[in-house]
Amino acid sequence: MHETTPPPGATAPVFYEQEEHAHGDGGTLFGFWIYLMGDSLIFAVLFACYGVLGRNFAAGPSGADLFDLRLVAVNTGLLLLSSITYGFAMLEMDRDRIDKTLAWLAVTGLLGAAFLGIELYEFAHLIREGATPQRSAFLSSFFTLVGTHGLHVTFGIVWLVTLMVQVRRRGLIVENQRRLMCLSMFWHFLDVVWIGVFTFVYLMGVMQ
Amino acid sequence: MFSNLDLQQLIFGRLSLEAIPYHEPILLVTFAVVALGGAALLGAITWYGKWGYLWREWFTSVDHKKIGIMYIVLAIVMLLRGFADAVMMITQKALSVGVNEGYLPPHHYDQIFSAHGMIMIFFMAMPFVTGMMNYVMPLQIGARDVAFPFLNNFSFWMTAGGAVLTMMSLFVGEFSRATWLGFAPLSGAAYSPGVGVDYYIWGLQIAGVGTTLSGINLIATIVKMRAPGMTMMKLPVFCWTTLASNAIIVTIFPVLTATLALLSLDRYVGTHFFTNDYGGNAMMYMNLIWIWGHPEVYVLILPAFGIFSEVTSTFCSKRLFGYTSMVYATMVIALVSWLVWLHHFFTMGAGPTVNSFFAIASMIISIPTGAKVFNWLFTMYRGKIRFETPFIWVVGFIPTFVIGGLTGVLLAVPPVDFVVHNSLFLVAHFHNVIIGGVVFGLLAGVQYWFPKAFGYKLDPFWGKASFWCWLIGFWTVFLPLYILGLMGVTRRTQHFEDPSVQPFLTVAAFGVFIIMAGILAFLIQLFVSYLRREKLRDLTGDPWDGRTLEWATSSPPPPYNFAFTPVVHDLDAWWDMKKRGYDHPLEGFRPIHMPKNTGAGVVLAGLSTVLGFALVWYIWWLAALSFVALIAAAIIHTFNYNRDYYIPAEEVVRIEGRRMAQLAGRA
Repeated sequence: MHETTPPPGATAPVFYEQEEHAHGDGGTLFGFWIYLMGDSLIFAVLFACYGVLGRNFAAGPSGADLFDLRLVAVNTGLLLLSSITYGFAMLEMDRDRIDKTLAWLAVTGLLGAAFLGIELYEFAHLIREGATPQRSAFLSSFFTLVGTHGLHVTFGIVWLVTLMVQVRRRGLIVENQRRLMCLSMFWHFLDVVWIGVFTFVYLMGVMQ
Repeated sequence: MFSNLDLQQLIFGRLSLEAIPYHEPILLVTFAVVALGGAALLGAITWYGKWGYLWREWFTSVDHKKIGIMYIVLAIVMLLRGFADAVMMITQKALSVGVNEGYLPPHHYDQIFSAHGMIMIFFMAMPFVTGMMNYVMPLQIGARDVAFPFLNNFSFWMTAGGAVLTMMSLFVGEFSRATWLGFAPLSGAAYSPGVGVDYYIWGLQIAGVGTTLSGINLIATIVKMRAPGMTMMKLPVFCWTTLASNAIIVTIFPVLTATLALLSLDRYVGTHFFTNDYGGNAMMYMNLIWIWGHPEVYVLILPAFGIFSEVTSTFCSKRLFGYTSMVYATMVIALVSWLVWLHHFFTMGAGPTVNSFFAIASMIISIPTGAKVFNWLFTMYRGKIRFETPFIWVVGFIPTFVIGGLTGVLLAVPPVDFVVHNSLFLVAHFHNVIIGGVVFGLLAGVQYWFPKAFGYKLDPFWGKASFWCWLIGFWTVFLPLYILGLMGVTRRTQHFEDPSVQPFLTVAAFGVFIIMAGILAFLIQLFVSYLRREKLRDLTGDPWDGRTLEWATSSPPPPYNFAFTPVVHDLDAWWDMKKRGYDHPLEGFRPIHMPKNTGAGVVLAGLSTVLGFALVWYIWWLAALSFVALIAAAIIHTFNYNRDYYIPAEEVVRIEGRRMAQLAGRA
């Protein structure tokens, strides 16, 4: 049996809080971390598929035949740079400077758009050469993995533009700061995934 | 002529009048019944002018309690649909022996078993469990709502949207014939060219978004919003199982989403992930879908274990035996649940090393589960047991579930599995644990928490009638199936040549009608209890002499749950408060900060459902339009910063005053 009555002389236990506490905002960032973990599992599935199917060329072209490493290296540079510029935007946000925050966000968005442009150019080039997603399981998994990353970047840019409008309208209020934090996590997450793609798909693809 | 055809295709995709199954009498009758019932329901709502009420108080509500109730209503409706499929399946099996072909042609029968499994798991068990967690968990941790109230509403409507799309396949087009998991390559474009698999895919994708988000939401709620003093080891067991269940959800549903997306690429774009040619690998689908599928059963059973734990300790008037071991057992089950998926296809031929690993992992799960069973038994030992309706489900559950668990350990042995793989033995096993574990647990939960949600107890007579019909009906159906499975009878069979199986199937078909009586008794119980609600009324908010915080507030709880946030000193917080002379606070009420209702969830989920329908039928313009509208609506929603309000202190005083008057009137 555990103790059921307080010992004599002890102060009566407090059973409820008189003060109202606002719920902290930590929940949103924590929730967003869990979301990112779930999203990384989607990429894990796509990487696993590429791992299983990445050599199934079905007598079609292989990565060594198709990939232009210099182009992909430029693209990688653009995306990594955009992570740095997003970091600058967050630093300006901490200093509460709206215009500079927006300017760095704009640079980030443009770098993201340039990344997408080069990726689309690469896809168009491959399809023109007959290396379509339907050609082999290798190409199916290649286009899906890289394309899913590209779709994420696209949504990131849409989100970024939306947030720029909201910051312009309402300033760097707490809600907007929280949203910028979430997008920041999302953007860096895409960078990390891309490092995996660059290594696992492109570098190892041309090495065989 | 041709231009005409093209125009029709442009507007309607592959949807045409042919898609309406007016030549199938069974579907026609079903449609007539559903249409009449639906019209009567909608008419009644209009007649009594309840649309505004439903919209304001329920559909747009972000209150976790109302959302929980809506989840459970959805689950009960879908239970009826899934059960109708079960009745048709088993009666077809019992009739279709020898020269008799039964009444369901293979084309129809295959849709029914696919729909039965998919609906029972995704649209019966999942919403039921989610509804239960939604309703109870925030109350048990002393919170005002979940961490993301809007997301909660959105999650519910996405689940409902997926259910609507799945139900639509009944009357517009057809459903998948590729089993409840859409096994490739059967579910690929080559072997399932129709709309069935597409309905399956989009129904699941839409509901899956809701499930994933609600998983994130409930985890954040438990981690961030517990009442002061409630350390993790003072968390009620049901909340622990909720945490484990949602941790599994957020790790497996992304896998399901990705897998189904790859299957849709195969079907829509012509890629080669799971095809037989061009380097595709169908066994990869098996692996991926079971990486989702096996942990999924623990998503369902763990909260049921939590319910049994709460019910056992309440009705034995005793602290739960071995709380700490219960917590560790729950987490170990969750951990190992990720490592056993391959036991669903030992016959794949991965070799003895791989099979041994997964066999041993599967068997290991029985150890923490066994520990739980002993904990429940030891809680009963020397407890002051009250055999009220919720508790008799525990008594029925323990022997039923133990037998189901033991047949599971048998199946985990690869040489045995090679013999009974894909047989009715397996079917009997998983129904044994899902009905005997999950469904019994959920029904116990309904009996237990109904008075909390509605302020009156459920009628005990009809509750006990329902229990006995379920228990006896369950064994009458599945004992014969165990025997047939050991004899080598395979599952998903539409016709049997061998007449010796018929007696067993007839007994099983008889049993399904006993279960039907159990479901009817449950519905009658709801109705009778509503009529007798004044007699069954509970004004204390604590009808069972409960132990956890949900019983500390009124029944039904006010929108804000607790006027003052409780402070927790003990595992059984409410029991501790009662023992140490807790007095309800009478003054000092303050305005309470609450989230505002919003219609955005209904709009977004509605647009997603339209998008799903357009994609099923290749109506590209509608797909593009609804997709753009979906993105636009989501963005517009983010421009709404006005999301919360204060319940004024006077309102709190009024509500709490009424509660005090009720408590005083009783004393």
